[in-house]
Amino acid sequence: MIKVNGRNFEWEKNLTVTKLLQKKNYTFPSIVVQINGKFIPQAQYETALINDGDDVKVIHLTSGG
Amino acid sequence: MNVEKIKAAHKLLAEFKYTPGKLDKGYANKSLYINVSENKIEAKPVTEMMKEKFTGGRGFGLWYLWNAVTPETKWNDPENEIIISPGPVGGITQYPGAGKSLVVSLSPLTGSVMDSNVGGHFGPLLKFSGWDALELQGKAEKDVVIFIDGNAGIIRIEEAPEEALDSHLLVEQLYEIYADTPEDKRNISVVSTGAAAEHILYGMLNFSLYDTRRKAVRLKQAGRGGIGTVLRDKKVKAIVVKFKGVKGNLNNPADFAALAKTGIKMHKEIHAGDDKQCQMRVRGTTYLVKIMNDYDLLPVCNFKYGSHPDGNKIAAPKWIENFNIGKADGCWYGCTLSCSKVICDYELKTGPYKGQKVVTDAPEYETIAGVGSNCGIFDPQFIIEANFYCDTYGVDTISFGTTTAFLMECYENGIINRQITGGLDLRFGNQDAAMELLHQMARGEGFGRIAGLGVRKCKELFVREYGAGAAFLNDIGMEVKGLEYAEYVSKESLVQQGGFGMANKGPQHDEAWLIFMDMVNNQLPTFENKAEALHYFPMFRTWLGLVGLCKLPWNDIVPENNAQTDEPAKIPEHVQNYVDIFNAVTGKNIDKKEMILQSERVYNFQKVFNIKMGFGTREHDKIPYRSVGPVTVEEYESRQDRYDSQLKELLGMETEGKSTEEKLKALREYREAQYEKLVDAVYERRGWTPNGIPKLETLQKLGIDLPEVVEVVQKSL
Repeated sequence: MIKVNGRNFEWEKNLTVTKLLQKKNYTFPSIVVQINGKFIPQAQYETALINDGDDVKVIHLTSGG
Repeated sequence: MNVEKIKAAHKLLAEFKYTPGKLDKGYANKSLYINVSENKIEAKPVTEMMKEKFTGGRGFGLWYLWNAVTPETKWNDPENEIIISPGPVGGITQYPGAGKSLVVSLSPLTGSVMDSNVGGHFGPLLKFSGWDALELQGKAEKDVVIFIDGNAGIIRIEEAPEEALDSHLLVEQLYEIYADTPEDKRNISVVSTGAAAEHILYGMLNFSLYDTRRKAVRLKQAGRGGIGTVLRDKKVKAIVVKFKGVKGNLNNPADFAALAKTGIKMHKEIHAGDDKQCQMRVRGTTYLVKIMNDYDLLPVCNFKYGSHPDGNKIAAPKWIENFNIGKADGCWYGCTLSCSKVICDYELKTGPYKGQKVVTDAPEYETIAGVGSNCGIFDPQFIIEANFYCDTYGVDTISFGTTTAFLMECYENGIINRQITGGLDLRFGNQDAAMELLHQMARGEGFGRIAGLGVRKCKELFVREYGAGAAFLNDIGMEVKGLEYAEYVSKESLVQQGGFGMANKGPQHDEAWLIFMDMVNNQLPTFENKAEALHYFPMFRTWLGLVGLCKLPWNDIVPENNAQTDEPAKIPEHVQNYVDIFNAVTGKNIDKKEMILQSERVYNFQKVFNIKMGFGTREHDKIPYRSVGPVTVEEYESRQDRYDSQLKELLGMETEGKSTEEKLKALREYREAQYEKLVDAVYERRGWTPNGIPKLETLQKLGIDLPEVVEVVQKSL
């Protein structure tokens, strides 16, 4: 189990940021990703691995309207 | 078009001459008052007090309207005014999105004060003509056109019996009449509405610009609250301004170099970042359709659902196919974000202009969601056609979409039927019926006139005339204060429910759009956090309307390093840009804190204005349950896993073996109680009483404790 924005989410092996975004259907273009407080640049989404128990933040910058 | 004949029919009713002057640090320091009952035209000074307490734009509009009306004034009384003001920063060409005007009036929908923002060239040209605001009062006996010549210093009220009412024709005619040469058209802007505004309560205003590259007139809309209806009630067909000589320094800014430097930095940011972010330059706001559909926020079938498998049929790629991209897509000079898209050579398929080819402004997100998905319609061609006709008829697409969706749900529930609708089969998805409803509004016929009353009055009518149950209608009728909801599903964001419910004018997203911060990011876990967000963001966004700026360049593009800042959601660098350009234009020395204080003054004044008009207290911030949670069994069951798990996690309820009705009831009790707690927290943060009235110490602290303001509050405490 991992935390995504403070809520529980099922972890799986080889979970990358890209995979997590797909699973959550997070398609908004302006987001900020942190794993355990560490900022992950967009260029590393494909490779950055998320481990079981990690605290992940996927912050969507306010938009709409 | 026989322009000579139209022109010959004009009769001069009043003329006023003035000496055009230079602006001083963003202000003309005078405003233009026109009374069409008395054919009176005069100049009024803009005082230091006005600038200090109200800044400009919406602030000036509210102040003038406050002084024009009493608590007894109705929207269609001659005393009601329409005030148009661009704000001190408005009209600069160095920074994107700087051509906004704010329009203020008493609303036919809410009965209280309304503000609506709009692009187009009118506001800046009005200011360059020497006026910080235009204050229009009275009712003409016969149709008139008001003409402001900002170079010659002449203002005229002219009887104008021959012009068309529908904006796409009327505005073309007026450009032909008032332009000296074809090249002169670029110097003209027109405020107008359309035929439907005579028959409905949500008539809107078109603000034009002349697109020199496409050689066509284009229209931007002050959509919300029925101000177009007020314009037609005054028998004003149009207001025309003409000013030749727009250039970058006409505001006479205090520090031109600082203004240019901030603007260049922003243009570079857009150039480098837009393609990687929202692609506003290519897609405009249509990019939001897919996002909202993906996050279950796109209204479908009267806000029952937040997504639909056909959502992709009205997403950005379908619009790009129709856009004429790459020309002048800004609605004011210097806007490199260029989101104002255009569709050329569109052949109309219905209505009085069937078969004609038109250049039309493309639908934006709100329109696509409102007249499209919310009505169960996923056909881009229908949406283009509906958008064109709403614009030319003077119909607010948001109110039309939300009202039509509500009527469709009433129809499907048997509350209204074919007999009542005059034969219209108003099922969700029936685009022919929706289009006919729109044409009926323009003709002032049939069920279109009923639909034109808006959701609140339709609810009252259906209860009174057809014995409908008020409770269900109040649950599904998406309005607050009489204004129809903007097009976002707020069920899973308590903060957004509050953003809609506690907005001064009614549920419009331009006060606060906080769904991601709340629902997705989970950044606002406590009521204190939620209240702080519902303090800061409405105040920040109000500020844009005080000075004449567009919201989109604030957060539809962000700096590359925004993610690493302390408060990414606020886009701190852009907020600093705004402080810098305000100071560069006006010569003042505000900071980010004073910026919010400027807004708080006006925001609280508007709140007191609502109270003065008999609204503004807690009962007026109540919201329909459809915006809070699932009303019907089918809604609940469509997202059963989500709701069941919430009942377990939040209430410890064992959902196994419980009926949907039992679960609906428990969820509703919980969510409604949460909303009341939120209201308590927000009122406290804003310095208001539990009944939503600004406390005297709040007004004193903000320096908006004018005697007449204090008097209203004291009576209500």
